[in-house]
Amino acid sequence: MSSTDHRTEPDTAAPPAGASDQHVAYHPSAREYIRVGLLLIALTCIEVLLSYSSLSGTKLVVALFACTIIKFVLVVGYFMHLKFDNGRFSRVFALGAIGAFTLYAVVLLMFRVWSS
Amino acid sequence: MADAHADLVHTEYTSTGLRSTKLAMWLFLASECLLFGGLITAYVLYRGQSTTGPYPQDVFDIGYTSVSSFVLLASSLTMVLSHNAALARDYARMRLWLLATAMLGLCFVGGQVFEFTSFFREGLTLHTNLFGSTFFVLTGFHGVHVTVGILMLLILVAFSFRGSLSDDPAFPVEMVGLYWHFVDIVWIVIFTVVYLIPAPPPHGAV
Repeated sequence: MSSTDHRTEPDTAAPPAGASDQHVAYHPSAREYIRVGLLLIALTCIEVLLSYSSLSGTKLVVALFACTIIKFVLVVGYFMHLKFDNGRFSRVFALGAIGAFTLYAVVLLMFRVWSS
Repeated sequence: MADAHADLVHTEYTSTGLRSTKLAMWLFLASECLLFGGLITAYVLYRGQSTTGPYPQDVFDIGYTSVSSFVLLASSLTMVLSHNAALARDYARMRLWLLATAMLGLCFVGGQVFEFTSFFREGLTLHTNLFGSTFFVLTGFHGVHVTVGILMLLILVAFSFRGSLSDDPAFPVEMVGLYWHFVDIVWIVIFTVVYLIPAPPPHGAV
């Protein structure tokens, strides 16, 4: 397994004239990926321990969601390369993810899920 | 002629300079956020609204589902290692990691089938109550996505052995990887919302 960094041509390697983003994409090494993987497993362990802990109610939900958001960002940023890729891909995905979150948060608010 | 075709395939860029296949994949994943967002919202809306059992606390086994989650997280790691190997043009290792990812995915789906079967034995079906309907639809849709991902991985391995992957095998591996990691992040959310956050007491319970 190669643990060296790979610098490859970006997906904008041969863009049409006038294209603005021509950065070189950075790909983390295998060792970095393993570190992120271990972090994800550790966060999952923390989540499971939290669910068995004496924490309850809002505190538990906030703690669990904090872990979930960190895991989400790690996978999207490192494994899906959004941290290193062209910013436009991040914006496209954010449009869907944040749009969906906003839409369904409004739906849940309308049905007063949190007040029940 | 073949080279011209290959050039055409590999240099399809949008007017923004982004590779169109990759942009399409990200647009697809963005739309999938809406699909799974809707299913998760339906589950949350009907939490604690079931009037008959079995209820979540009667059937869930957090320890068992945690192991499934670890398996899926490990599969994301093997997937990204396969992409790394493809970038390094180490195709034997790429195939090995792809197969490992597919095997871990199969373990996850097998675990889900076992879980569904045990729930069924305890009397929980799609029609039993609101919990059963929303739970099976949400996790079932996710399971179907994992299964599709496994098929894509196996097709990738088969194409790789046949030598019919493009000149740049790292690209299709990256595309399948994006889909696979997305399935993983959906599970990260499902695991917390469905399994870890305690369900409210059954409807009408004091």
